[in-house]
Amino acid sequence: MKNAPTPFRTLWGWPIVLGLLIASGLATALISDTWGDWWSWVGLGLPVAVMAWFAWRPTPAASPADPDPGDDPAAPF
Amino acid sequence: MLSSTAIRRWSWTHKWSSLVCTIFMLLLCLTGLPLIFHHEIGHLLGTEVEAPAMPEGTPRASLDTVITAAKAVHPGRMVQFVSQAEDDDKVWFVTLTHTPDPTEDFKSVAVDARTAKVLSDIPTNQGFMNLMFRLHVDLFAGLPGKLFLGFMGLLLLVAIVTGVVLYAPFMRKLQFGDVRRERSTRVKWLDLHNLLGVVTLVWALVVGATGMINTWADLMIKYWQYDQLSTLLAPYKGKPVIAMDQRGPLQQAVDAARTHAPGNKLSFIAFPGTSFSSPHHNTVFLRGAEPLTSRLLQPVLVDAHSGQVTAAPQLPWYLTALLVSQPLHFGDYGGMPMKILWALLDIATIVVLGSGLYLWLRRRAPASAAAPATATATGLPAGATATMARPEQSA
Repeated sequence: MKNAPTPFRTLWGWPIVLGLLIASGLATALISDTWGDWWSWVGLGLPVAVMAWFAWRPTPAASPADPDPGDDPAAPF
Repeated sequence: MLSSTAIRRWSWTHKWSSLVCTIFMLLLCLTGLPLIFHHEIGHLLGTEVEAPAMPEGTPRASLDTVITAAKAVHPGRMVQFVSQAEDDDKVWFVTLTHTPDPTEDFKSVAVDARTAKVLSDIPTNQGFMNLMFRLHVDLFAGLPGKLFLGFMGLLLLVAIVTGVVLYAPFMRKLQFGDVRRERSTRVKWLDLHNLLGVVTLVWALVVGATGMINTWADLMIKYWQYDQLSTLLAPYKGKPVIAMDQRGPLQQAVDAARTHAPGNKLSFIAFPGTSFSSPHHNTVFLRGAEPLTSRLLQPVLVDAHSGQVTAAPQLPWYLTALLVSQPLHFGDYGGMPMKILWALLDIATIVVLGSGLYLWLRRRAPASAAAPATATATGLPAGATATMARPEQSA
């Protein structure tokens, strides 16, 4: 891997960014009816778009996702 | 990293907190969907009251004339509240009942604020939206129904928090957003459950928590009367609800309140003896003119006999929290784009709930096919973990 992201960042990076986006969007619309509303559409809209993208994106052609088929990637122990 | 015992405990908590509340949460998500758009739906169904356009500056009718007109529609009923919409002061909504106490038996009459002509005797307790509303708010069971749904909301919060903890062990070897379609249907839905769950996390926490707070509204208002108003109203203690012929003009009360707290807009007026007032006062609730303060209310207690302002207490912190939590639950404070996003996030939550239920059902199926049902219930040590944590097993 290039920049060798820490396991924490790999795991929680995107969830934290999207969570902060939603939280900021929910807050700004409360305090302003102009830029606040506008930002809330971005803050809530981007996470919705991210969900839609990953839920419906076409299956990647090659499947390098599972380097070791014998090891269950989801089993924590 | 979590130990296997810890994972087992978190799994158990996640499983049972979600299983208990899932059916009710599905109901709340489904009934909440049309409620997001209740204004627009009312518009389409023609149930939304609209006052005719009149030139700017058309003088407004006295509130006493408005009340008289509304009472004439339902003789024998008394007025509990008079209110106006946040974005339209051309219409007064008058709530009429047989008792000053909270009741389901109420009528709502819309009166033109300029002409004091009755615009509509709004049908209450009927129709599709009322059904959605009652199922969403109290399951037709009043305060116990609200508190029950509030408890289900608490379980949802527990399910969300435990779900976040479990996200780590399940996603350890996956990239964010990976959905393993090439594997079994169950694995695909597990990945979708984790993806949609973690993205909607903050929204679901906020809407769940504010919904739960809303179920306590009745209790908070009761406590406010006991806690704060009883001190302010000590001089009036023990007096009965002031008789109709003892009451001064309502318009005078409202004018006095607005002079007392200038720069505010009127939200609603609670009549003497009702749950938002005292037996001897008209309580005028004003709201601020700024986006944030427009959500907050300033009560002004006006002596119903003399028309003099008795007190304008600051709203206590718990009622302020309640009022701020309401828009965060309704999603009605960011225009139509926010409503649409609210609906999409609601649908995503429905998918999280549904896929969670599916994952649990699919977990049981192979086991109960292989062994008697009793064995599945008790015979599997750490059954939840074994099957939740190793999705492939049952696939």
